[in-house]
Amino acid sequence: MYETIRYEIRDNVAWLILNRPDKLNAFTEQMNKEIVAALKQAASDENVRSLIITGEGRAFCSGEDLAGVTEEMDHGEVLRTRYAPMMKALHRFEKPVIAAVNGVAAGAGMSLALACDFRLALEKASFIEAFIHVGLVPDAGNLYYLPRLIGHAKALELAVLGEKVTAQKAYELGLVTAVIPQDTWEEEVQSFAARLAGMPTKAIGLIKRLLRESDHRSFEDYLEKEAYSQRIAGLTEDHREGVRAFFEKRPAVFKGK
Amino acid sequence: MSEFAHIDTRTEGAVAVIELNRPHVFNALNRQMVTEIVTAMEAYDRNDDVRVIVLAGKGRAFAAGADIDEMANDDPITLELLNQFAEWDRMALIKKPTIAAVHGFALGGGFELALSCDLLFAAETAEFGFPEVNIGVMPGAGGTQRLTKLIGKTKALEWLWTGERMSAATAYELGIVNRVVVPELLLEETMKFAQKIAKQPPLSIRLIKEAVHKAVDYPLYEGMQFERKNFYLLFASEDQKEGMQAFVEKRKPHFKGK
Repeated sequence: MYETIRYEIRDNVAWLILNRPDKLNAFTEQMNKEIVAALKQAASDENVRSLIITGEGRAFCSGEDLAGVTEEMDHGEVLRTRYAPMMKALHRFEKPVIAAVNGVAAGAGMSLALACDFRLALEKASFIEAFIHVGLVPDAGNLYYLPRLIGHAKALELAVLGEKVTAQKAYELGLVTAVIPQDTWEEEVQSFAARLAGMPTKAIGLIKRLLRESDHRSFEDYLEKEAYSQRIAGLTEDHREGVRAFFEKRPAVFKGK
Repeated sequence: MSEFAHIDTRTEGAVAVIELNRPHVFNALNRQMVTEIVTAMEAYDRNDDVRVIVLAGKGRAFAAGADIDEMANDDPITLELLNQFAEWDRMALIKKPTIAAVHGFALGGGFELALSCDLLFAAETAEFGFPEVNIGVMPGAGGTQRLTKLIGKTKALEWLWTGERMSAATAYELGIVNRVVVPELLLEETMKFAQKIAKQPPLSIRLIKEAVHKAVDYPLYEGMQFERKNFYLLFASEDQKEGMQAFVEKRKPHFKGK
């Protein structure tokens, strides 16, 4: 059903695999659309409780396919019509999302990784703000996320200098949660995602929302959002199970409800 | 009131809830549904046990626009003779506070229905819009009038001409929406607010509503005269005496709506 991506479910974990390995998983219009469709599918599927985005082959994603860039192209419209819907869908996505960065994440490919909740990097992976090298600005939400993740000064350094950031360096910057060796890559990614899939899904979604709110709300507004969130979390089965398990001195079994 | 086919009604304390109940068509408004809404509103308006009316939609949306199939073959004469929008005029005569709780989307007639209520609570994910222009018509149940009075000519024209969808946040900024609430708690928060208003002295609430609506339509001088008469009128109420007495005695008033 998808041509430019693969979408698979392994034990409550959805894998969204960018699948144009011969083009280093560069974005095309079709791929943008298929990612949106897959996100929608994962959002509404109760069996999916965490999502991994990764790339087939040696790259994570090399950004926009330059083969499609023409003289007449209106770059602004490309962002509005193709990238904004994809980034908004990811921004709205309430379940935990992990970018399993298996190779180079360049340009909008890096943006995609930045928009995820967690980034796990294969030891040979790298990030590169490639835009400046072709005289463009980082797009697809890139500079919205980057300073929030690593601070203004480092974001500017990366965006303006456009140097390759190795997995290890990215870890030191706080950009990735863990650097993982090739041998154990796939199982560690799956087990990290499975761990998230076994957690109170609704509460994770609410934490994501609150962190977003904290970016732009006044403290008073934020406290109101916090009250909403805790009211919602307080109504979940997972909350009741958590409290029960605490008193019964046993590990809680969360169902994401 | 279980005789309705397209809506569900219930009361919670002094708050009546009317829920649009055609979820399979996103509560698209057909003529019967509008009649049912107005009929229910009028019944609650005369029911002494009800002080506030909340309007909400079942399923994934508040209300899609009018039922297009129903009017696709209409001509000006059938529309004039049918005079369907007279129902909407009746809605404007409801004296008790009405609050719409909008989730999903409120489009076309659905948006007009929401605008026909006094206050509007919206889910963060709700969207509003007048897409009529995209099918070669325009709003007919007050959209051009109510939206303009709310947000002014400049902004109203933009939304009515483009037919684009407006986010809840934008609707809030424009003053269309009173509160933007997380979707999960929309009805709960709307009900909390409704219960709060239901505890206020009902006659004050009623005459304030009447006066504020006049402020929208009357020139200032006439509006001021109207307000004054309502102010005087409240001095005939038991609640005014109770309210002022309680104030003097430094205790909480107990209002009876008389």
